[in-house]
Amino acid sequence: MMDFGFGISRSSTVNLDSVALENFTRLQALEPDALKCISCGSCTATCPAGKFSGMSLRKVIHNLQRGREKEAVEMLRGCMLCGKCSMVCPRAINTRHLIMSIQKIYGEEAR
Amino acid sequence: MIYQGKQKIWSEYQKEIPDDHWFYVRSCIRQNFFPASEKMFLEICRNVLGKDFYETEHHTTCGGIAYHCDTIPQETVMTIVARQFALMTEAGYSNYVASCITSFGNYIEILETWKEFPELETRIRELLWKACRREFRKPDYVAHASDLIYKYRNEIAARAKYRLVNRHTGEPLRVVEHIGCHYSKMFPSKGVGGAEYPYVLCGMIESWGGNVIDYPERRHCCGYGFRQYHVKANRGYSISNTHKKFESMEPYHPDMIITNCPGCPYFLDRWQYAISEMEGKTYSKDGYGIPVFTYEEVASLVLGYDPWDIGLQLHQVAVEPLLDKIGIEYDPARKYEGIDRKNLSRPELPGILKCC
Amino acid sequence: MRENVVIIGGGIAGLEAAGQLASLGYNPILIEKEDHLGGHLADWHCLFPDMIPAKDVVSSLVGKASSINIFTRTEVLRINRLRDSYNVMLSNGVSVMTRAILLATGFRLFDAHKKEEYGYGIYNQVITNSDLEKWFNGNPDSRIDNSHISSAGFVHCVGSRDEKAGNPQCSKVCCITAIKQAIELKKKYPDMMVWCFYMDLRMFGKKYEDFYISAQRDYGIRFIRGRVSEVSENIEGKVVVKAEDTLAGRPVKVTLDLLVLMSGMLCNPQTLNEKATWHFPIDSDGFLKCRNTVADFNLSPQEGIFLAGACTGPKTVPETIAEARSAALSIHNWFNSKE
Repeated sequence: MMDFGFGISRSSTVNLDSVALENFTRLQALEPDALKCISCGSCTATCPAGKFSGMSLRKVIHNLQRGREKEAVEMLRGCMLCGKCSMVCPRAINTRHLIMSIQKIYGEEAR
Repeated sequence: MIYQGKQKIWSEYQKEIPDDHWFYVRSCIRQNFFPASEKMFLEICRNVLGKDFYETEHHTTCGGIAYHCDTIPQETVMTIVARQFALMTEAGYSNYVASCITSFGNYIEILETWKEFPELETRIRELLWKACRREFRKPDYVAHASDLIYKYRNEIAARAKYRLVNRHTGEPLRVVEHIGCHYSKMFPSKGVGGAEYPYVLCGMIESWGGNVIDYPERRHCCGYGFRQYHVKANRGYSISNTHKKFESMEPYHPDMIITNCPGCPYFLDRWQYAISEMEGKTYSKDGYGIPVFTYEEVASLVLGYDPWDIGLQLHQVAVEPLLDKIGIEYDPARKYEGIDRKNLSRPELPGILKCC
Repeated sequence: MRENVVIIGGGIAGLEAAGQLASLGYNPILIEKEDHLGGHLADWHCLFPDMIPAKDVVSSLVGKASSINIFTRTEVLRINRLRDSYNVMLSNGVSVMTRAILLATGFRLFDAHKKEEYGYGIYNQVITNSDLEKWFNGNPDSRIDNSHISSAGFVHCVGSRDEKAGNPQCSKVCCITAIKQAIELKKKYPDMMVWCFYMDLRMFGKKYEDFYISAQRDYGIRFIRGRVSEVSENIEGKVVVKAEDTLAGRPVKVTLDLLVLMSGMLCNPQTLNEKATWHFPIDSDGFLKCRNTVADFNLSPQEGIFLAGACTGPKTVPETIAEARSAALSIHNWFNSKE
């Protein structure tokens, strides 16, 4: 292959056709409320870990639905399970329970 | 696809194109890339169709490349354009036709700007007078050269020696049309067929016997994008766009691509070589890639001009497989001979992309 | 002798007002240009959020207006202002003298062809909210019937909140309509993947938010915050939709079997483009102007002219009915004040 000094970069477009949602379907069965998230960001704004580790439950839920499972699980490592997010969630999602379920399905032990 | 739906849109975006008496201005770069296209445009319009097309050696660049690379202010571009209009006025013409898509977009943008800001036009008239003691009338009509070939398409078809049909199967050729961004994306009403479903090239393809392919990334930029290519650090971005288009059109197995812009055919053609070297991939089953043409070249081919007289040897992607499909006669031995039969010497052949 | 009130428009606003005015002792004369009553609702299948059949609503309103004078397939040709009344001349040759005119001329749907980039009328798999509703209502539609549909998308705000489409206003009911239609599709095809592309979701009405939550939680409808930029067709004849997932800050694309464009509401041009000598004042939003938008929404700035329903702006069915009822009372009070 010839080196021209530049390369072809892949499109950053997320192709929803090829996002594998098997794991998310399993999560949905355990946590139907996960789908109620409206990305308001309250959880992220209040998260004590977020300020230091980049942890954002909003992004975790969103990433899981777009097939970015690795990023989501990596991000969850910052969670201290303090439960502050469940206090602020306007859609009354049991966020701590949700986080545990995510770990069950996507976490290292699950692999 | 509902063809009648497209026809309805096309009927809504028809512009008035006078039949004759045009002042013609060339592109800065096309004669280097596709050396016979502009010559053939004049040859077809003047000698085949008997129309009056005037050109002068005194015209310059329109300033479009520098403008789109953000290197000169708009007033400068406007004064350059005002001088071109002055040349037209002095020659006694009022219909202005540009060979280049970016020039066309530039002229339209400037005329529309003057419509909205007449004080700017007054200022440019002063600047032009100060700079070179010239005055101008604004053109009554501004067209892109492809508008005219579109207008004459049926006259060309009536005189055609070949049609865009596969002579072995009798099937129409599958043709990708690619429109330069500056043709109608800025001012949809100024382009034949509008901006979403431009008709200018489709009309030629249909008239000359081919089938138009509408693929998902049809509207996408060819990848040139001026500073995307001219700044070397951005070239990966340029080729990535081109690559995206080819990936999208690949399943349709196009026989050829027709374009109406100076940059597009160049990049769609040359990047096929670069992609083949970088990825090991070509976009035709036979490994030759998809040949890319200007609309003047295609008009010349159907009218029966010798492929080597219209400069097709300067294409990167070999044109011979397509010529064979249509049944166009050519002498392989003459490919690298100039019009004066001088040996132009053979280029080095690429490693992956097959060439003749 | 009962006092005449001319009502222009036989949709739900006109019907409700006619019924109310009749029971208040007036002689309403209802004029409808189509051959049937009920306006847009006559083609509708069912109504959010309780899935009440639209035909029940229409037939109940038509029933209540059964005793009044109704001219269908009739248009208003001229309105002439006399000293304290109007002479309304109709296309059927009838001419009516009246002191009060109620405009219940409603809306028209935005013509989705105008958003060329969405390919309505060009790509087989692109339909409108109205097309889908007619299909729910049992009318065959080859664009839906002939395909195996495993995925569908809804594009919110088509011709609404769009200055370049000529309508910067929110059409208000499309958000909840999309959710209703998405749920109806999911009920028919539970395995279908359904996407909604929205800019904002405006769940302003009674139980709308519950409906939305149910669409998310119970029906698994996926919401993407981002406006669809363009639609094309792939080699299999499916539509490829491009948008930005603005919550992730990334472009997305998805291939769908069916794309539903949520066409917005515009003022009915037959109200604006009067062949008649009479012109109704238009507000800056393109809809008919009322005397004031807070309390006197039923009154036109012109004496003796009253307004009800979507002719003054996008409205839901219950809002339209409430406005028609209120218009009847406004007319009644106005007549009393003239005694």
